[in-house]
Amino acid sequence: MSEIKIPGGAVITPLSDLNNANEGADGGVTNAQEVEQDYREHLSAKSGPRTMVLNMGPQHPSTHGVLRLLLELDGETILKAAPDIGYLHTGIEKEFEAKTYQQGVTLTDRIDYLAPMSNNLVYCLAAEKLLDLEIPEHAQWMRVMLAEFTRLNSHLVWLGTHAIDIGAMTVFLYCFREREDILRVFEMFSGQRMMTSYFRIGGLALPAPRGWQKRVKDFVDIFPSRIDEYEELLTNNRIWTGRTKGIGYVPLEDMLDLGVTGPMLRAAGMKIDVRKDAPYSSYEKFDFDVPTSTDNDVFSRYQVRLEEMRQSCKIIKQALEGMPSGSHQADAPGIVLPDREKMKTQMEALIFHFKIVTEGFRVPEGEVYQAIESPRGEVGCYMVSDGTQKPYRVHWRGPSFANLQAIPKMIEGTLIADVIAGLGSMDFVLGDTDR
Amino acid sequence: MLPEELRENPLAAALDGMATTGKFAFGELTVEIEPARILDALRLLRHEWQYERLTSVTGVDRFPVEPRFEVVYHLQSVARNQRLRLKVRLPGDNPEIESAVTVYRGANWYERETFDLFGVRFLNHPDLTRIMMPEDWPGHPLRKDYPITGTRY
Repeated sequence: MSEIKIPGGAVITPLSDLNNANEGADGGVTNAQEVEQDYREHLSAKSGPRTMVLNMGPQHPSTHGVLRLLLELDGETILKAAPDIGYLHTGIEKEFEAKTYQQGVTLTDRIDYLAPMSNNLVYCLAAEKLLDLEIPEHAQWMRVMLAEFTRLNSHLVWLGTHAIDIGAMTVFLYCFREREDILRVFEMFSGQRMMTSYFRIGGLALPAPRGWQKRVKDFVDIFPSRIDEYEELLTNNRIWTGRTKGIGYVPLEDMLDLGVTGPMLRAAGMKIDVRKDAPYSSYEKFDFDVPTSTDNDVFSRYQVRLEEMRQSCKIIKQALEGMPSGSHQADAPGIVLPDREKMKTQMEALIFHFKIVTEGFRVPEGEVYQAIESPRGEVGCYMVSDGTQKPYRVHWRGPSFANLQAIPKMIEGTLIADVIAGLGSMDFVLGDTDR
Repeated sequence: MLPEELRENPLAAALDGMATTGKFAFGELTVEIEPARILDALRLLRHEWQYERLTSVTGVDRFPVEPRFEVVYHLQSVARNQRLRLKVRLPGDNPEIESAVTVYRGANWYERETFDLFGVRFLNHPDLTRIMMPEDWPGHPLRKDYPITGTRY
């Protein structure tokens, strides 16, 4: 198989080749030590007298999934870095073309599995733009509330894993305690903890459950004090600040050029947030700030995300207090499944139900690009319709994909220990990158 | 040549010399560019119209219609808070276009992805290799004549 070229001259053979080469007559069972020895010999032979090439991942715990990094090292300093992705490619974009529009919602959960509702939302908004559907206010506000819960959920996983990478064990346990509460809210609404598929084209899958206000209120009352707890553990912690301050700097111009979005860009001083720039789903009716920082390092990204959690909590509180009454679905027979009761008593409702379930609905010809602010940055859905029941093409612009392009810029010239902190501050999800 | 109703849009008018057609639908502006002039268009937008971000590059396969492939560029101007879609159409037998990496470095991985999944070749790209699929994979999965199930191509 072909070799991998690292810009700078070093040439390496993928690990898989070495594995294959090592498979002996004993039925393909390889000796791990032998493989490692071979690999080392191979690398040092190719990479010159002073430098060595290190293969980090795809099963490295701090790469949060299956990211593979090829690092050319001089001592502990990184000379070149080459990210290698695609280990989690599942062909989701191809899959969209074989599913009806409503079935496609379930695929979106599985793209960025830490932010399922954000993905549901962007997909539904794109389809609704093509269909020219008006969504009732109640459903829009519910979507905002749950999308912000998703942001909290994702940021909590990020904070917990980022801190554990750097060595702070307790934060992880604290974060997952609160995440559990959020997952219970998701379960209450949709019956699912992670792959919720709760937003549907035309509104929500189900009406809000009885007693949701109390559950949400209990959460928003306690959560700000929980953020203070995390801050107590980390913000003035000397190990934490020592590992994060001044680390992971990327110039703002480079980030813009490379397509980086989200908290990374905001921590570099750029006030950019799709929720403010192009409000969707009634975000213009909520009062919140977009936190920024100018330090542009791992610590400032931590601060920006923590402040975002406070702002999300504020949005959830506003949604809870001002939730308009109304239907959870648009009045669009033929697109939205009819009420269960009506389906059993009315002929038209039965016909619509049958048509939607068996063949789906037709979407007018056209193409749209819908962007929203996911926890990681701008997630965009480019949807092309040819007038049939299935999308002709869906392209998913995942924020992690573009953010990962900035890795070489971030870690080249720094120490290998800072790679972990730098990667953690990026907060990528490989499912979102590889799709 | 742009359609009459787009001539009044100053941005579309600036691209008129390079555009083959264009439309304004669903609140979004799409301009189709001659494949040979794509770099001129991107440079003009980046340097004179403040389109500092390339959001994504992707493809659409119109099989069996010719020209078969569309390469779609989504641009965003943060300063002006506007978005724009550029599109070029490429023939099915030899889909080739200049790489946008010299204008936007972020195009690098998006063009590799489009190459991998559609087989569109980007000329003068620094590293045009597969990014999603294994390197020895036959075929390009997002083409419409590629089967959705099964192992044979």
